[in-house]
Amino acid sequence: MLDKELRSMIGDVKDGRMDRRAFIKRMVAVGLTAPLANQILALGGVAMAEGASTYKPTKRGGGGALKLLWWQGPTLLNPHFATGTKDQDGSRLFYEPLACWDPDGNMKLVLATEIPSIQNGLLAADGKSVTWKLKPGVKWHDGKPFTADDLVFTWQYAKDPATAAVTIGVYRDITVEKIDDLTVKITFPKSTPFWADAFVGAGAGQILPKHLFADFIGSKSREAPTNLAPVGTGPYKFVEFKPGDLIRGVINPDYHMANRPYFDSIEMKGGGDAVSAARAVIQTGEYDFGWNIQVEDDVLLRLEKGGKGKTVYAVGGDTEFIALNFTDPNVEVDGERSSMKTKHPLFSDPVVRKALSLLVDRESVKKAIYGRAGRTTANFLNGPEKFVSKNTSWEFNIEKAAKMLDDAGWKPGADGIREKDGKKLKLLYQTSINGPRQKTQAIVKQACQKAGIDVELKSVVASVFFSSDVANPDTYPKFYADLEMFQIPLSQPDPSQHMRRYLSNSVATKENKWQGTNFPRWVNKEYDEAITAADMEMDPVKRAAYYIKANDLMWQDTVFIPVMHRLKVEAAANNLRPVISGWANETDNLFDWYREE
Amino acid sequence: MSQYVLRRLLIAIPSLLGISAVLFFVLALAPGDPFSELATNPNVPPEVQAALRAKFGLDDPIYLRYLHWLNAMLHGDWGFSFVSRMDVDKLILQRLPTTLYVIGSAQILALLIAIPVGVYAATKPYSLFDQVANTLAFVGFSLPTFFTGILFILIFSVTLDWLPFVYTTDIKATGIHWVLEMIRQAIMPVAVLGLFQAASMTRFVRSAMLDVIRLDYVTTARAKGLGQATVIVKHVMRNAMIPVVTLIALQIPAVFGGAIVTEQIFRIPGIGSLLISSILSNDTPVVMAVTFVFACLVVLFNLIADVLYGWLDPRISLR
Repeated sequence: MLDKELRSMIGDVKDGRMDRRAFIKRMVAVGLTAPLANQILALGGVAMAEGASTYKPTKRGGGGALKLLWWQGPTLLNPHFATGTKDQDGSRLFYEPLACWDPDGNMKLVLATEIPSIQNGLLAADGKSVTWKLKPGVKWHDGKPFTADDLVFTWQYAKDPATAAVTIGVYRDITVEKIDDLTVKITFPKSTPFWADAFVGAGAGQILPKHLFADFIGSKSREAPTNLAPVGTGPYKFVEFKPGDLIRGVINPDYHMANRPYFDSIEMKGGGDAVSAARAVIQTGEYDFGWNIQVEDDVLLRLEKGGKGKTVYAVGGDTEFIALNFTDPNVEVDGERSSMKTKHPLFSDPVVRKALSLLVDRESVKKAIYGRAGRTTANFLNGPEKFVSKNTSWEFNIEKAAKMLDDAGWKPGADGIREKDGKKLKLLYQTSINGPRQKTQAIVKQACQKAGIDVELKSVVASVFFSSDVANPDTYPKFYADLEMFQIPLSQPDPSQHMRRYLSNSVATKENKWQGTNFPRWVNKEYDEAITAADMEMDPVKRAAYYIKANDLMWQDTVFIPVMHRLKVEAAANNLRPVISGWANETDNLFDWYREE
Repeated sequence: MSQYVLRRLLIAIPSLLGISAVLFFVLALAPGDPFSELATNPNVPPEVQAALRAKFGLDDPIYLRYLHWLNAMLHGDWGFSFVSRMDVDKLILQRLPTTLYVIGSAQILALLIAIPVGVYAATKPYSLFDQVANTLAFVGFSLPTFFTGILFILIFSVTLDWLPFVYTTDIKATGIHWVLEMIRQAIMPVAVLGLFQAASMTRFVRSAMLDVIRLDYVTTARAKGLGQATVIVKHVMRNAMIPVVTLIALQIPAVFGGAIVTEQIFRIPGIGSLLISSILSNDTPVVMAVTFVFACLVVLFNLIADVLYGWLDPRISLR
């Protein structure tokens, strides 16, 4: 709507020329809900804020050894070949991006000097290019200077299909050019409101040294000795690497940030399991930090009693959800089940979907399973804060669900299971094998039974469930079930990639070998429009409104039943001050870690 | 003799080929692929995953992949780890010293316990010592290593805080301190593995001794007026050890496998934990190489046992 008017009105409210209530009234008058109007106001004019640092030490080094425990140890140290976050974490000890994400999802500068914005002229107003200024005087660990050439090279390296980099998706469509030794310009093929993907964060942003990788681009990439012995610009210099077992580094005395790093050496040990990792950090204090402690809260609470460490939580946007299948998983059309040519026999009645969402007892799931590591939510999109809808709600109410089904004609049969027109409310509910998931399944099944819905549970080994094996019927994209539960990590503080998955033209089908990302096979024109518009929208306020609308559409249609907004759980020694962001890898803010004396 | 060894080696070739084929096809049929973790990462478009699969030849028909593997193996190329993007032989060699150290020490510990206890128990069957040794042996091999491992951790690391339970390969000390630290961290895993081995071996030594001790030539030796120690050590033990040596030789490959669980519990970066993590990440070339090494070890130690048998007991002739 009326962009200019909205902008000037926000300005009016800020300057005190318009009263807040009047603003909201006008918004409601043009069809926006009051909470949404409030939200728009809250983020009016907010571009990208710079993250604050909580780092206290006043000199470099002197902190002794930092011992990290990664129960899945990194297996390689080239971030562009990383098969999982563990490899990105390990590489990030040595390599650095231009900027990273702080715990609030704000940008923090690493190798750049300024956050690009339209105001400072570094970000094009149409969102088609962004210019980065590099920090002068930064040196690679071998003493060679860090320049714009390294960024241009990293781009060429990653986008070359023969290199087989996993970050190719980020780099292949952009153009990176060198303006001068300390300036690069990234050009996007179309307006890109989230321009901080290339060269930012640990996921795809880590920059490689041109002088060491130049001979190993393309098909020779796997022969590079530096794949296993990184030379970066980071706070620690590489010493030793044993895949899956150990990484060692020592302090970089020439590090480009003042008074950093705090620790004299670093060690990252791999192997084992999450519970014993928690034990080694919290109970015996053998290690300072334990990664990804997915352990039941009961166990953690017990370990923390009188222990030497504690758990640390980071809020991100990871949502554990139950997805509903909009196609029929039991009918085969042209050699494919869950085909777009079918409609789900039960879920085509929206009442059934609504009733199901009333039967997921999120409070019990939180209490019995996730504890401190979860938050209940009605939303599919749970972060960053400015994209989270306040218009939705959830409740757990078996009677209400039963009544809704009664009213819609789903009457209990002789066996207690509801049916209508000969179709019984029998559902297959699948997920990956994982303790908390099986417990959640049991809680949902119990409530459904009370409401007269028969639920059959199925659990699939994670390596199958999450694989892209075309021949296997049990993968999540095939979705040969009525319900399925898992989570898709939101790996950057922006919802664009995450929400683009559910566009109508991205449905997973036999034709695209089930590589389509829209696995619920939900088709909604309004949603497509909102997402497409958000992808082109440079105004942060309007863009947020589009994503909130998209989330609300999913909620109205009950495409997903969000079970839990999950937090990252880590274990840390009592005196360690780690900086963990829910929007980044655990080691992304490592330069700011220190120990309280 | 040399003819016999040569013939056995030639027979081993088709059986190793058969083993490798079975291993390869079973692994290829197993679900999942090394790049499956990328599927849930929204940063990685699905076609990238497909391109990676194509690049590493995962989409070729199974028999072609097997022939490629076999051809490379014949040229001494062990393959290339998808997950670490490095050569498999390097990965294995990196892990081998730790495994040899831990398993070797455990095996020595087992022998040091089993032989004296077994021999002494056999000389006084059904005495109090024998009863106690038997009972402990039964308890020992009834308790799986994952249980005793966790029990040890709870007692010695958590409660008493004497020993570390995370095994590190880079100890920051030199000289005698390094040796002491190396021993200290190996105590628990070696004890867990060694005691488990010792339990069954004690039973075996005892029964082998009992078989021999009743023979006539032992009575003759005693009748000659030889002392108890000489009879037992020189006459009985030497003959009783024949089956024991065979058993140990045959057990060595099995011990490599048995250490997998212990390595996982104590985070020992050995071959076993490499196998587990490779299986979990579907890194087929590594799994293939490690299992194939195990297969070769089994075949090799079978041969060694047979040769040893003939050498220890000339009555058995090898033809």
